[in-house]
Amino acid sequence: MSETLTAVAMSGGVDSSTVAAMLHREGKNIVGMTMQLWNQRRLPELVPDGPTGRCCSLDDVYDARYVAEKLGIPYYVVNFEKRFEQQVVKPFIDEYLAGRTPIPCTLCNNHIKFDQFLEMAAGVHADYVATGHYAQIDYHEPTGRYRMKRAADSAKDQTYFLFGLTQQQLSRTLFPLGGMTKPQVRELARELNVPIYSKPDSQEICFVPNGDYAAFIDSYFKEQGIAPPRATGNIVSEDGEVLGDHAGVHHYTIGQRKGLGIAAKEPLYVIATEPATQRVIVGGGDALLRTNMAVKDVNWISIAPLTAPVRATVRIRNKHLPAPATVTPTSDPARVDVRFDEPQRAITPGQGAVIYDGDIVLGGGWID
Amino acid sequence: MLTEQFGNASSIHHFGQTAKQKLESARRNLAALLQCHPTEIVWTSGGTESNNLALFGVDGHVVTTAIEHPAVLEPCSRLNATVVRVGPSCVVDPDDVRKAIRPGETALVSVMHVNNETGVIQPLDEIAKVVHEAGALLHVDGVQAAGKIAVDATVADLYSVSGHKLCAPKGIGALYVRKGVQLRPRTYGGHQERDRRPGTENVAGAVALGRAAQLIFEQGLPSPELRDRLERGILQRVPFASVNCAGSPRVPNTSNIRFDGIEGEPLVIALDLKGFAVSSGAACSSGAVEPSHVLTAIGMSREDARSCLRISLGRGNTEAQVDALIEATAQAAHHLHRLVPTHV
Repeated sequence: MSETLTAVAMSGGVDSSTVAAMLHREGKNIVGMTMQLWNQRRLPELVPDGPTGRCCSLDDVYDARYVAEKLGIPYYVVNFEKRFEQQVVKPFIDEYLAGRTPIPCTLCNNHIKFDQFLEMAAGVHADYVATGHYAQIDYHEPTGRYRMKRAADSAKDQTYFLFGLTQQQLSRTLFPLGGMTKPQVRELARELNVPIYSKPDSQEICFVPNGDYAAFIDSYFKEQGIAPPRATGNIVSEDGEVLGDHAGVHHYTIGQRKGLGIAAKEPLYVIATEPATQRVIVGGGDALLRTNMAVKDVNWISIAPLTAPVRATVRIRNKHLPAPATVTPTSDPARVDVRFDEPQRAITPGQGAVIYDGDIVLGGGWID
Repeated sequence: MLTEQFGNASSIHHFGQTAKQKLESARRNLAALLQCHPTEIVWTSGGTESNNLALFGVDGHVVTTAIEHPAVLEPCSRLNATVVRVGPSCVVDPDDVRKAIRPGETALVSVMHVNNETGVIQPLDEIAKVVHEAGALLHVDGVQAAGKIAVDATVADLYSVSGHKLCAPKGIGALYVRKGVQLRPRTYGGHQERDRRPGTENVAGAVALGRAAQLIFEQGLPSPELRDRLERGILQRVPFASVNCAGSPRVPNTSNIRFDGIEGEPLVIALDLKGFAVSSGAACSSGAVEPSHVLTAIGMSREDARSCLRISLGRGNTEAQVDALIEATAQAAHHLHRLVPTHV
């Protein structure tokens, strides 16, 4: 094929539909693809009203197909269910059971959207993939690296979930919405007659109905015929005093206040979970404050791997305002130590730590 | 038919009578193709309905096979059914059917005439002998056979066909019901089709199916030359390709080819982008591809089943088209082979 082909990842939502419409208007040769990641007919007890309105639902495929038809572009649904289960769902469950709080969206970006999808695109001679992510990529001549920058719309910025992208992946990826705000995207969608311009944004983890990940994990084990290791334990104070009991550490995440079922004078928060002893440790708000953390499996994006400490801002949750810190390399090139200038609340193992220099994403890894 | 012969075939007036004549003429044409009597043909909405009508129409234990279409397997999962396993040849062993039959209990055996994925023809005569010796009825899903090989529906007691597999439109099909077989209807509310399938007949669809049957009757059955040319060409150009069930008796138009080490899904998409419509596995409700249950049933791993491509040729296809398909398939397969994913 002579003309460059771009595969657009179409979820059936406004953002990716608008990407398809934009590239089509620019005269680009595009093919639309929807990734089938999870069979929504599984675990039906989680959604008594039937599988609607969530990612990979038939409704979303219907919308994506309709947009592709309006644009007159070729469109396919591609089946990535197997790898999604192996590389996103199972690690997600393992992390919870190990007392950490995982981010499946990052795993999905690393292993599915910018890996298997890029492979699929290459397989059909598409040199580039385009997605509706809010982030910006540029090529920086002096360093010879592709850099990632925060989106123009700081409320929609998704760089927190994209820290695992490699140079090779970035060189083939287009984020056409990175320079736009969400209202601008909706306006453009309307202008380009994208039929679903007013569809609400998706919010939760796509395969977990109503955000109830603990119910998802329980249902998944039931489906697989596996008994969860040990499902009950004590809720204890920092001094080890038993305050109550619980139905499994995977129901708790650090910083959680609701659902503890304990009456106390001061508000109590989960400050740690111990899967080995099935203990959930709670304490006052101050107990959540930490200044140091170790970050593992670091991927450097906009700069070469660190050889000396740098000053940066570091984000520990998607909605966290990146906080000033000193990032120091260790003898393990994939590990760094982060020392925040001010203590940070609820530094949670399993979450991402993304390192910024202003708007530029230097890199990121997993809080250990 | 849609604009002029719009009468209801059950009406007394002349519009209705004309429609009725066309409907019955179509029935005679289809009966001729299936070598049965016209009164033994029941019009349905397609192969799925024909299969359901047959399977739910008889009381008792059912025997079927693992390589059946979901339109047989799904109804059977809701019945008291035994599923016979099938080996790598994709040929059902009549002896296995015999062993699965429970004397006095088994009322119906359902076996397809031709497998939809591999194109393998089943030994219906031997199976019919086993079934009838046991006093059971034989239902045959003949959706992939009619129009491709000679069909004598009377070897069975019930025989399903689908209009669109004979180049008629989608939404019409038929079930042969041997005279004397008591079949309970699935729907109630009219006397059409001798009470076996109430509801106003799809006259336009039936007429199209009748015409399609007539054309096949006149033009004869397809020959395997183009299919053989296709397979030869692909095997020559692609060293890691192999034809599935090549040693079994097969219909002349279907080829199931395995491309070792590469995924069928991007191969199908790459070919479609070049204008060639082929398939891999089965499409689920979203349109995503699932590995073929037939290939896994005959002993292939899910991974290997994913690397298979099903190509069906039609009457209109030419040598030039087949050569172009060989070229495109070889190019796409070699491209994918070079990119071999690190994860498989």
